[in-house]
Amino acid sequence: MLDSRAQLRDQKALPASYFDVDGTLISSNVLHPAAYYLSHQQTPLQVALRFGKTLANAPRMAMAELADRRTFNELLFSSYGGMSSDRLELLADDAFNTAMKPYLYPKAKDLIKTSRAAGHEIVLISGTLDFMLDRLADYFGGASIICNRLEIKDGYATGKLLKPVVAGPEKARLIREHARINNHDLNDCFAFSDSYSDVPMLSVVGHPAAVNPDRRLSLLAKAYSWPMFDLGVNT
Amino acid sequence: MSHPCVVTLDADSAPRVIFAGDRLVEVNMPPGTRCIYPKPPLEPLADVDAAIRYAINHPEGGDPLFAKLKPGMKLTIAVDDISLPLPPMKRPDIRERVLNIVLAMCADYGVDDIEIIIALGVHRRLRGPEIKHIVGPKVFKEYYPDRLYNHDAEDHDNLVVLGETELGEVVEVNKRAAESDLLLYVNLNFVPMDGGHKSVICGLVSYRSLRAHHNPKTMRQCHSYMDPAASELANSVERMGKVANQKLNLFTIETTINNRMFPDALSFLHKNEDDLDGKERALLNGIVQATAILPQAAREKIFDASPAPFGVTGVFAGETEAVHAKTLEMCWKQYCVPVEGQADVLVAGIPYVSPYNVHAFLNPLLVQVMAQGYLFNMYRGHPILKKGGTMIITHPCTDRFDHDQHAPYIDFVHRLLPETRDAMELHKRYEDEYAKDPALIQMFRTGHAYHPSHPFFMWYWGEAGRQHIGRVIVVGADNEYIPKLLGWETAATMEDALYMARGEEARKLDITLLHAPPIVMADVTIPEAASESAGSEGAEAES
Repeated sequence: MLDSRAQLRDQKALPASYFDVDGTLISSNVLHPAAYYLSHQQTPLQVALRFGKTLANAPRMAMAELADRRTFNELLFSSYGGMSSDRLELLADDAFNTAMKPYLYPKAKDLIKTSRAAGHEIVLISGTLDFMLDRLADYFGGASIICNRLEIKDGYATGKLLKPVVAGPEKARLIREHARINNHDLNDCFAFSDSYSDVPMLSVVGHPAAVNPDRRLSLLAKAYSWPMFDLGVNT
Repeated sequence: MSHPCVVTLDADSAPRVIFAGDRLVEVNMPPGTRCIYPKPPLEPLADVDAAIRYAINHPEGGDPLFAKLKPGMKLTIAVDDISLPLPPMKRPDIRERVLNIVLAMCADYGVDDIEIIIALGVHRRLRGPEIKHIVGPKVFKEYYPDRLYNHDAEDHDNLVVLGETELGEVVEVNKRAAESDLLLYVNLNFVPMDGGHKSVICGLVSYRSLRAHHNPKTMRQCHSYMDPAASELANSVERMGKVANQKLNLFTIETTINNRMFPDALSFLHKNEDDLDGKERALLNGIVQATAILPQAAREKIFDASPAPFGVTGVFAGETEAVHAKTLEMCWKQYCVPVEGQADVLVAGIPYVSPYNVHAFLNPLLVQVMAQGYLFNMYRGHPILKKGGTMIITHPCTDRFDHDQHAPYIDFVHRLLPETRDAMELHKRYEDEYAKDPALIQMFRTGHAYHPSHPFFMWYWGEAGRQHIGRVIVVGADNEYIPKLLGWETAATMEDALYMARGEEARKLDITLLHAPPIVMADVTIPEAASESAGSEGAEAES
C-alpha cells in the first residue's frame, strides 16, 4: 500500500499555472476580436447587417454580463453565425495582431516565462475562441488552452458554442478536470485572474494570485493574503 | 573601571525607558543590572562636500576618480537602497551629496552615458519618492526613471556570471554594471556589517549568488555579523568580491554617519535615565504616556514622518578593501563600548523599524530578526549573553503583515513555521520552491514586495542567535500564538520575565540591558577566571 502511494507521488507531474486571459494578461476582452470579425466581412452590407444584429442584442448582452458570463458569451458568439470556418482561420492572424497582441500587458510575457522556468505547464483558460487563443499560446512560446469553440456545420459557424462553455464557475471544474487528466496536484498549482467572477477558479488551486485585480477581488486577495500584482500599464 | 556608557543600576535608579515596537515603555530593572548606552554622537564633518571632493581626489589606493573618467565612456553608479540608515536620513541624504559632486565631475569630463542603479539585491523595489529622497530632486529629475532605476535580481536577461570562487560560489551580477567601463559604488555605511565587498556582492547580484552565503550553515558561523573578522558571511562575501573585482573596474565611495537618530529636542533618549534634568524627565514621561494612549495608526505616522538628523563623520574612496578598512574604524569609534564579562540575561527593547520595513509595519518575522539577528549580534569578541542564557525583549509581536511589502512572509510564518523552526530543514525543504514561486516573483519584480527567498534569509539571520541563546522571553506580547511560533515564551511584565529567567532555584543573575537604539555595540572581554569556559563555548559554536 505504502509502495503504491509512493509510486503515485513519484508519478505526479510538475504543477500547472492556469491563466485567465482577458483583463489578466491582456487589457482587451472577447468583444475586441468579435468587433474585428464583424467589421471584416466580404461586403459593406454584410458588415452593416452583422453589426445591426449584434447591436440589437446589446441590451440583452449588457443584462447578461451583469448576471451570467456564460449567457453573455453565448449571445456575443451568436454574431459569428454564418461565417465560414475558412474565413475565421484566414482572419485569425490579423485579428490576433490587431485585437489582442497590442493589448498585452507589458509584463505578461515575463510572468509566463517565470512560471515556465519553475517547470510549470502553462495553461490559458478563457472564454475567448480557440482560433484566437491558439495564436496567443504560440506567442507565449507554447501553452495548453482551455477555451470556447464555435459549433461548425458544413464548414460554417452555427452561432452556437460547443459545450462546455468556458465561463465563471465552469472554469473551476475544467481546471480540476485538466489537473486530473494531466496528473497535476492542485495543491501545487497556480491560478491567475483579474476578476472576482473567477474566485471559483482561484479557489481550486493551492496558489491563487490576483493580477490587475478589480476592487472586490483585491479586497478578497488582501483578506486571504493571496499574492497580488499588476502587469504594467498598456499605453 | 567601566566605560562611562556602562552604567550599573542601584536601588534608587529610575526605571529604564526602552522601545516596545512603536511605544516607549518603562521597565523596572533590579539593582546590579548593567546598562550599556550608546556613545554620544561623534562630531560631524564641518564641510561634507569638501570631504567628498577630497576623498575622490585622494583615494585609498588607485587613481583619483577624475583620472578614470574619459569622454564617451560607459559609467554605472550603484547606490545603497533605503534599508539604511534607520530611520531614513533627513535630507540631504549623504548619497545625494556624493552624487551631485560626482555627476558634476562626470559632466566636466564629457561622460554622459551614465546609469544609476539602486543596489537592492532581493530587497523590495523602491518607489519614486523613496528614490528621490536618496538621490535628491536634481538627480531624480534628470535620470529617473530611464537612467535611474532599481536593480532586478530576477531579470535573467540582464544578469551576467563573472565567475566563481574556489568554493564554487557563483558571482552573477547586473549586466549593465558588469559591462560598464567604470562602476562607481556609493555606499552609506550604517553598521559594520555593511559596505566593503558586500555592497556589490549583495546589492547587484541575483538570488543564485546570494544563496551562496545567505544560508543557515554560513550564518551559524558568524560570531558576529558585526565583526567581519569573525563572520563566515563576511568571508564568503570577500571571496566573491575578489572574483568580481577582477572583472569590474570598481571605484568605491563609502560614507559613515554618527548615531544621532533623534532630533535635538529628543536627544536625551541617548542618556542614562538617572541623569535627566526635570524638563527632560517630564518630556520622557510625556512620550511614554503618549505612545501608550495614541492609536496605532497615529504612532506609526509620527515615527514614519520622523527622519533622523544623522551627521556625516567620514567619506572614503578608492579601492574597496582599503576604503572599507577606514570605514570600519569609524564605525567602531562610534558604536563600540568596552564591556567586561558576559551576562546571564540580555534585555533589549525592539524598536518599530528594521532595515526591511521602512514605511511598513514590523511584522513578527522581522521582530525575530531584530532580536536574535541584529540586537544579539551587537558585539565584538564574545557575545554579551552567555551561551544558553536568556534574552528578554519588549514587543507586542502583533500578527500583522504589510501585504504589499511582505507577502512572502505571511506564508512563511503561518504555513512553514508551524511545521518546523529548523533553519536547515526550511532551507532544504522549502526555500527552492518559494524562490521560484511565479506569483511572488512577479510581486517582487513589478510591485514592492521582497523576494520570496527573503523571509528564509530573515529566519537564517536569527540562526547564530538561536544556536547561542537558551530561551527568549517576550514582555508585552499582545498574543500567545506568534511568540510560540517563533519558539519564544511570554511574560506580562519585566519582573515576571526575570522571575522566569531565574528559574526555580532563584539563582542570582548577571543582567545586561542593551539600551538601543541608537546603535551601540559591545566589545566584550571576559575576565581571566571565566575565559576558560568561554573558550570551550567558542569552540562549540565553531563546530
